[in-house]
Amino acid sequence: MFKATVKVTLKKKVLDPQGKTVMSSLNSLGFSSVSEVRMGKLVELMIDSKDKDKAKAEVEEMCKKLLSNPIIEDFSFEVEEV
Amino acid sequence: MKTGILVFPGSNCDMDCYHVIKDVLGQKTEYIWHGDKKLDHFDALILPGGFSYGDYLRTGAIARFSPVMDSVIEFADSGKLVIGICNGFQILLESGLLPGAMLRNRDLHFICRYVDLKVENEKTPFTSKLKKGRVLRIPIAHNEGNYFADDETLRKLKNNNQIIFRYCSNPNGSLEDIAGICNERGNVLGMMPHPERCSEALLGSDDGRLIFESMIDWVKKNG
Repeated sequence: MFKATVKVTLKKKVLDPQGKTVMSSLNSLGFSSVSEVRMGKLVELMIDSKDKDKAKAEVEEMCKKLLSNPIIEDFSFEVEEV
Repeated sequence: MKTGILVFPGSNCDMDCYHVIKDVLGQKTEYIWHGDKKLDHFDALILPGGFSYGDYLRTGAIARFSPVMDSVIEFADSGKLVIGICNGFQILLESGLLPGAMLRNRDLHFICRYVDLKVENEKTPFTSKLKKGRVLRIPIAHNEGNYFADDETLRKLKNNNQIIFRYCSNPNGSLEDIAGICNERGNVLGMMPHPERCSEALLGSDDGRLIFESMIDWVKKNG
């Protein structure tokens, strides 16, 4: 069994109004060091597989097909045995 | 015009569309459940607004993989008319029938109000009863209507006259004030405003009706 953790974020060139709002809120709380906030999604998947490379290939395909939209989002993921 | 209205779990403008096409415009209409596959007997399809699959993951992302969508893509490829309204537009974007993607509204609010739209291209099956530059009063109701496309896609949209409607005053941050676009062939339209909510004078505006009447006219001449 493997656990995959997928991170989906908006592409750099896509404006993230939610991130901007959170940043200005952090700034107004006194965290003046924060200069950028990007919001995203975290997806955890349990994968019933014996082979790590196969699990990785499957997660990659899931990300491309459904979990992210390549027009506006980037994805990255990690797979660990559990 | 035999019209099929797609119903996904969470669609909520399907009955409004049905009412307008059948009762207001006197056309044959049927609902199509998202698990159905046979669409060849229709002249036109409407993907209505709503919150298909609860808007989970991304708007339209899950509906795009409904069994019916392969048939919708075939239907569109055959040159017949497909209109996606609001969530229907979002599903068309996710399915790749239209280019680009939707982001959350610039000000992070759900916006539900009348807006003015300018007709940018009257030479489509959806706008033939309109004149270029005409302003339509049609309501919007969405949280993700902030249209986005990369530079190359935007250039193509402009060169092929695929931008059909623009907001007169941009409510949601949409790129180039885009409110509605069509595919290259011109038989698939996606628009965020809801023409089915303003097709009777009693409701405050009947501008939306002109879009459906254009479709009926096109089917009569080309169907």
